[in-house]
Amino acid sequence: MKKTQPTVKPVHTPVFANGDDIQIPVFTLLKPDGTVYAGAGPISLDKPTARRIYRAMLYTRVLDERMLAAQRQGRLSFYMQCTGEEAAVIGSTAALDDADMIMAQYREQGALAYRGFTTDEFMDQLFGNERDPAHGRQMPIHYGSKDLHYLTISSPLATQIPQATGYAYGQKLAGNGNCTLTIFGEGAASEGDFHAALNMASVHKVPVIFLCRNNGYAISTPVTEQFAGDGIAARAFGYRMQSIRVDGNDILAVFEATREARRLAVEENEPVLIEAMTYRLAAHSSSDDPSGYRSKKEEESWHRKDPLRRMQRWLIERDWWHEEEERELTESLRREVLETMKQAEKRRPPALETLVTDVYTETPPLLREQLDELEAHIRRHPDAYPKSAPWLDEAPAGRAGHPQAAHSEEGGA
Amino acid sequence: MSRMNLLQAVNDALDTAMAADERVLCFGEDVGIFGGVFRATSHLQEKYGRARCFNTPLVEQGIVGFANGLAAQGSVPVAEIQFADYIYPAFDQLVNETAKFRYRSGNLFDVGGLTVRAPYGGGIAGGHYHSQSPEAYFAHMPGITVVVPRNPHQAKGLLLASIRAPDPVIFFEPKRLYRASVGEVPDDDYELPLRQAEVVKGGSDITLLAWGAQMEVIEQAAEMAEKEGVSCELIDLRTIVPWDIETVVQSVLKTGRLIVSHEAPLTGGFASEIAATVQSRCFLYLESPIERVTGLDTPFPLTLEKEYMPGPLKVLDAIHRTMNF
Repeated sequence: MKKTQPTVKPVHTPVFANGDDIQIPVFTLLKPDGTVYAGAGPISLDKPTARRIYRAMLYTRVLDERMLAAQRQGRLSFYMQCTGEEAAVIGSTAALDDADMIMAQYREQGALAYRGFTTDEFMDQLFGNERDPAHGRQMPIHYGSKDLHYLTISSPLATQIPQATGYAYGQKLAGNGNCTLTIFGEGAASEGDFHAALNMASVHKVPVIFLCRNNGYAISTPVTEQFAGDGIAARAFGYRMQSIRVDGNDILAVFEATREARRLAVEENEPVLIEAMTYRLAAHSSSDDPSGYRSKKEEESWHRKDPLRRMQRWLIERDWWHEEEERELTESLRREVLETMKQAEKRRPPALETLVTDVYTETPPLLREQLDELEAHIRRHPDAYPKSAPWLDEAPAGRAGHPQAAHSEEGGA
Repeated sequence: MSRMNLLQAVNDALDTAMAADERVLCFGEDVGIFGGVFRATSHLQEKYGRARCFNTPLVEQGIVGFANGLAAQGSVPVAEIQFADYIYPAFDQLVNETAKFRYRSGNLFDVGGLTVRAPYGGGIAGGHYHSQSPEAYFAHMPGITVVVPRNPHQAKGLLLASIRAPDPVIFFEPKRLYRASVGEVPDDDYELPLRQAEVVKGGSDITLLAWGAQMEVIEQAAEMAEKEGVSCELIDLRTIVPWDIETVVQSVLKTGRLIVSHEAPLTGGFASEIAATVQSRCFLYLESPIERVTGLDTPFPLTLEKEYMPGPLKVLDAIHRTMNF
C-alpha cells in the first residue's frame, strides 16, 4: 500500500539529491542482427500476432514512402512519416486489446494500420475529400476512427495526454476491463499537460499507459536541449508511477513491456510510463529538412538499427516469414496504395454545408445565415470557387462503405 | 535600402535590436542553430551566442512565463511562439501576468520589455492549427499591445518599435506573406509608430480597414472597385490595441462608409469593436451600415479554406452592398 506521505527520515547535514544515483536501464530482447539476447526473458509473441505486426510495419513503411513522394509531386499538401518508429508504435498497439483506446500525437499511423484502417480511409483523410469523416477540415495525417478506438489527431502537442488520463478513469468506472494508451514524443513531454496527466493518473489510480517515443528530436531541437534529466522515464518517480525504458526499435521488448504495462493498468489500476528509445529516421514533416540540424552519419547509424530489418530477421530465423513473401506483399501494397490514391484524389471535395456542421450539434441561426450568404456569393462568382461551385446543386454522395483492404487479412479490426 | 521579404525583415529587425542592445534576447522552440521553423531567427545564435539566442524546451507556458520573469528583471526578451495557434498554453501567463504585472504592483514591477512574436493567419493549407488569427482574444486583456505588420518595411519598423516599447507587445506576423511579400527595407535602424493606423491610399466613397495579410486582400478589392468608379480609402490599423480611433473616425466622417475585414470569425472579432465605436462617433455621417467581411463562425477548415476566407471577391460584394444601400 502506498503511503500518503513520503517517509521522513531526519538527517543532520544538508543532503541534496538530483536523481543521478538512479540509472534506468533499457529493456531489450532482440539484438540488431535479429537474434535474441542470451538470458532474455520469456517471449510471448505468437506467430499470428507477429505476422500481423510485421505486415502493419511493412504497410506503414510503404504508405509513408508513397505519400511522401505524392507530397513531393504536389499532389498532397503535407505529410508526416512514422519511419523508424514503427516498432514502438505497432508493438505497443499489438500488446493491447483491440478495444483499448489509443490517443496518439500525429506520427502513429502504424497503430491504425495494425488495427485495420483501410487504404481508402487513409487516402480519404489525406486528400480531405467527400468521404473523409472529418470532411477535409484537418490537415493530412490527422486520422481518427471511432470503430478502431483511435481518437482523431489534434496538432497541438500533449493535449491528448491528460485527456487519456480522463478517458481511462471513465473506463475504470465503466468496469469494462479496457485501458487507454497515449503516445507522444519526448518534446511534447515538456508541455505542462504531460505533467498534469501523470500526476492525476497516479493520484486517481487510472488505467492509462503513457508511451513516449523518444526519437531524439523535436523538429530541430535535440534531447540535449529539451531536458537535463535521465530522459522521460525518470519523471514517473516524481509521481510515484511505474516506469520502464525500452529499446523502441526492438519489437519484442516493446511488445513485452506494453503487455505487462497493460496488466498493471487494467488489473492493478497502476498507470505506467514507457519510454521507447528510438529515432525519427525521416524529417519532422514534409516541410522540414533535417540536414540543417543533424548529420548524415548520425542518421546512417540509426538506419542500421531499422526496426523492420530487425524483426524481419527474427521472423525469417523462426521460419515465420520469407523474403519472397515480403517481395510480393511489398509490391501488392505499393500497387494498392497508388491505385487507391489515384481514386481518392479524384473524388469530389466535401459538400459546402460541412463547413458549418459539427460546430454545434444544431447550427445556430447566425451561422446558417453565413452559409446562405456564402452560397449566394459562390453562385455570383463560381469560377473563383472550383472546389464548391460545381456541386452546389448536387446532393452529396455521402460516405460510401469502405471496402476492407487486403493488408488487414490477418484480423485487423 | 535592401530588397527583402517579410521574413528577412523580421530577421533584420531582430539582428538590429540585438546589435544595439545587449539586453535583447531571442528564444523559443527551434530558434537556435536552426533559426526557427520559418528561419526568422537565422544566424542570430551564431552572431550573438547561445546565451542570447537559444532553443527552449517545448512548453509555451514556460516560454512566456520565463519571458515575463526576464522582462521583470530588466532584460528585453523577444519570445517566439512557433504558431499563433499554439499560444494558448501561455494564455494564463499573458492574461493574468503579462497584462497585469505593472497594474497590480502599482508600477513596482513591470514586464514592459517583453515582446512575443507569433506567425498567424491562413492561406497556407494549414487547417485548424496552423491558420488561426487570434488577435481579438489579446485585444480583450488591457495592458497588452497587439501589433500586426503588412509588409517587410512595416515589419522591421514595427518590430523594432515593439521591442523597445515600454509596454509588453504581442507581435503577430502574417506567415502567408513571409516569403510572398517582398519590398524595399531601409538598412538602418528605424522605428514606425505604435498605436497609429496608416492611411495607405486616400479615397472619398468608402473606407476599407484591415491589418496584416488582409491588407493585400482589401487592396485587391479596392482595385476592382476603382475600375467601377468607386473611390476607396484604405487604412492599415497596424496596432490592434490600443487602436487609433481618430484616424479611422476621420476617414469615415469623410467617406460615410466603412468595411472592416479580418480572417478571424465574425462573432467577437475585432471588427465588431471597431464597428461599435465608429457608429457611436460617426452615426449621423454614415450612409450605410458598417460591414464586416470576416471568416465564418467556425474553426478554420482545410479543403474548403478558400470558401472560408474573406477574399477580395467577398470584400467587393460588400463594397457593392454598401454603395448600393
